[in-house]
Amino acid sequence: MKVTVTVNGSQVEAEVPDRTLLVHFLREQAGLTATNVGCDTSSCGACTVLLDGQSVKSCTLLAAQADSRAVQTMEGLASSDDPDAMHPVQRAFRAEHGLQCGFCTPGMVMAAVSLLAENSSPTEDEVRAALEGNLCRCTGYHNIVRAVLAAAGENQSAQAGAAAASERQA
Amino acid sequence: MSILGTRVVRTEDPRLLTKGGTYVDDMRLPGMARVTFVRSPVAHAMITGIDTSAALAAPGVVAALTAADLTDLGPPPPDDGSGGEVNETLPLPAGGPWTEPLFAVDRVRYVGEPVAMVITDDRYQGEDAAELVSVDYEPLPAVVGYDAALAGSTQLFPAAGTNVVVVGGAPADDSAFEGCEVVVERTFENQRLAPIPMEGRAAAATWEDGKLTAWVSTQNAQITRFVLAGVLGLDPGAIRVVAPDVGGGFGAKVALDRDAILVVWAAKHIGHALSWSETRSENLLGMTQGRAQRQTVKIGGSRDGRIQAYRLDIVQDAGAYPRMGGFLPFFTRLMATGAYDIPNVSAASTTVVTNATPIAAYRGAGRPEATAAIERAVDLFAAEIGKDPADVRRMNLIPDGKFPYQSPCGAVYDSGAYTGALDKVLAGAGYRELRAEQARRRERGDVLQLGIGVSSYVEITAADAAGGETAQLIVHDNGTATVYTGSSAHGQGHHTAWAMIVEAELGIEMAKVTVIHGDTDLIPLGTGTYGSRSLQLGGVAVHRTAVEVKEQARQLAADLLEASESDLELDTGSGTWQVRGDPASSKTWAEVASHAGDGGLTASVHHTAQPTFPFGSHVAVVEVDTETGKARLIRHVTVDDAGTVLNPVLFDGQRHGGIAQGVAQALYEEVAYDADGNPLTSTLVDYAAITAAELPSFELLTSETPADNPLGAKGIGEAGTIGSTPATQNAVIDAVSHLGVRHIDMPATPERVWAAINAARGTL
Repeated sequence: MKVTVTVNGSQVEAEVPDRTLLVHFLREQAGLTATNVGCDTSSCGACTVLLDGQSVKSCTLLAAQADSRAVQTMEGLASSDDPDAMHPVQRAFRAEHGLQCGFCTPGMVMAAVSLLAENSSPTEDEVRAALEGNLCRCTGYHNIVRAVLAAAGENQSAQAGAAAASERQA
Repeated sequence: MSILGTRVVRTEDPRLLTKGGTYVDDMRLPGMARVTFVRSPVAHAMITGIDTSAALAAPGVVAALTAADLTDLGPPPPDDGSGGEVNETLPLPAGGPWTEPLFAVDRVRYVGEPVAMVITDDRYQGEDAAELVSVDYEPLPAVVGYDAALAGSTQLFPAAGTNVVVVGGAPADDSAFEGCEVVVERTFENQRLAPIPMEGRAAAATWEDGKLTAWVSTQNAQITRFVLAGVLGLDPGAIRVVAPDVGGGFGAKVALDRDAILVVWAAKHIGHALSWSETRSENLLGMTQGRAQRQTVKIGGSRDGRIQAYRLDIVQDAGAYPRMGGFLPFFTRLMATGAYDIPNVSAASTTVVTNATPIAAYRGAGRPEATAAIERAVDLFAAEIGKDPADVRRMNLIPDGKFPYQSPCGAVYDSGAYTGALDKVLAGAGYRELRAEQARRRERGDVLQLGIGVSSYVEITAADAAGGETAQLIVHDNGTATVYTGSSAHGQGHHTAWAMIVEAELGIEMAKVTVIHGDTDLIPLGTGTYGSRSLQLGGVAVHRTAVEVKEQARQLAADLLEASESDLELDTGSGTWQVRGDPASSKTWAEVASHAGDGGLTASVHHTAQPTFPFGSHVAVVEVDTETGKARLIRHVTVDDAGTVLNPVLFDGQRHGGIAQGVAQALYEEVAYDADGNPLTSTLVDYAAITAAELPSFELLTSETPADNPLGAKGIGEAGTIGSTPATQNAVIDAVSHLGVRHIDMPATPERVWAAINAARGTL
């Protein structure tokens, strides 16, 4: 069947077998290999991406279910690997050493982006609960949690700064 | 100020955080086909027939291969004359009657053993075609567990005549216990664990113009090449092995598994680029697992708390094929007495085969098992004499004045300050206040009881330091530098650490230092990363190349500046050579390297050393719900001393990951089989891999006792795991000890804790 997905703002159109999973569509048809497959039971979250802004495990959806919808992967968060150009969550993962081998990282980062979109100032317990579906074997989660909290703080101070700026303008 | 010892964020991360890494499954080779294995669905059976014809007729199938196709291998290794005796000090697969085949030939010995492979254009076709390979199995009784293996009524290797692979250690001499006022004896299980690197096993390969190129998810490309050359009968020069980004290893990617060998062989056999990345379900069946020891401890001493005798008897389950199964208990015995000065010790082990996934290294590899046993034994002893377990530890720790310490088990502990580490962690945790809070909860009869667990550990790192590690450093004529390391990164941050070492020694800033690892065409000699060896061997090797390059450069700079060598100094702040007292005269690295001539400015080192012994103490605090049995870790405080810290960011990262895996063993994780050898934990739904929601943030305290090497470094990769498991297990038992509970096996699941509480009722 023909599937058309907007991936990181670009339209990707491909003829694929009906059973093609979204994660394989992203990796093979869209050529975006950051999103990894870490299990076969929707348990590990390495394949987490945003579908119309909501985090989903892309190994648990058919590509067909994403037809005519928008997917964002970790590659879509920043325009380059220049640390200054990175998304606040990416920057925080680096600053807090929230990754080691890097395999869970794309899914973890997208899960964190999704969490902060829903809850801009989570507590540590809320971060831990929100990331329960994303396994990491290297970091013991300690620095991932710190990174998400730091990114939340950065967002808030950025928002506060913007609010203050708009107040001044007013 | 030197960059060493400062917090430096990783150079690896921008790429991993934006484009993602390049793991084996990300390789796209021209014409590449996919490998899917056909694996045994039964634990023990004879194979009476294999029919691949239906699979060959399926869509997209390129080939279907079995043991019958293995016609182009190298000659088997020569008979070592051991007559099937296993050398328990070598971490090699056992040969002779214990030989592990590539494809199963006429018998399968565990669920997941590779029997055949199908090669297809895409991976979905592979899943379909693998289903069409018909294998006839004639089931045999399965050998499950230690007792069935020891009984030997069913044997996995009839030619061996026994399920016992190797016996090691001294025969027990119990006379030392006769003089003890108190003796406690107990049997524990140190359960089987799955390593679960987030990237499973993977390999890709091409055979072109007489050269084999293999990309393998491995902890050691050079050893991988050595193994491939032997099995395939090729000159090592005809093989290039590349370790691309590797998504974690934890010991399970030290050895080259038969599956990966078969993928590389098949690429050559059919002349087709191939790629294989296992599914998680395959990973939980086929990747080697860890631990799997039954331990019987006997500990004796005086009523006032002095430990006088300790005995450890181990049965090691090696799984279906004895790889490191003989080797791991060697380490457990070596480290049996842990951090304590115990005069009378005996440790013995018996390694058996069972119809289960083979056992090999997993984060700690034999040493966590030793620590778990002695730390549990010390708590049992303390409970028996009614003393605080921290006090009993302090009374028996090896005193600072005794280093280097010759342990009765044969190890020489290089340096340590064990009592200081214990006191520091107790103070950091607020031990006395915790005990007071525990007393209040006990007094009130709270449902949520508090448990405080202590462990003191010492472990051996770079155990094979005599094998050493390689490094080459080149300073280029544009002032940049390249490091080629034989060590192998898979998350530890080698690229950052090695660049820091070069910057510290030469003043060439990190951004100008490129670090390359894991490519045998560029680095033919190397050993890799395991056993917490990288920094103290590979890192020191890099340091030594920098020192050598500096001495070469001194001559060149002296020549350029027309000064005597003794008047020259390197300003590591600016990375320039200067004549002492004349800062206006200076030469950059670019200028000096340009002056070096054809050979360039380069040094190569193969650094060998002695093992080191990191140590520390952990305090775990748990809450146990006495009605449901659920235990939850609420705090974990540690002092981990691995010598001088090169980069606290990386150092603490290793501790965090180690602690989490250790806690996972104490509370959650276990590989289980049913009575017929069917795995019950073959997916991440069933295997309780620890998550963020089950852990607190950790409280890390520092202690640095330098090791005797230029960086002062010991290993830190495994220490967290070694210390945290017994601290957590002891904490759970401590939480319910007032109810009469003396021991709970790991993992301390709600069911086990609840059962222990109920069994203890009425014993008080």
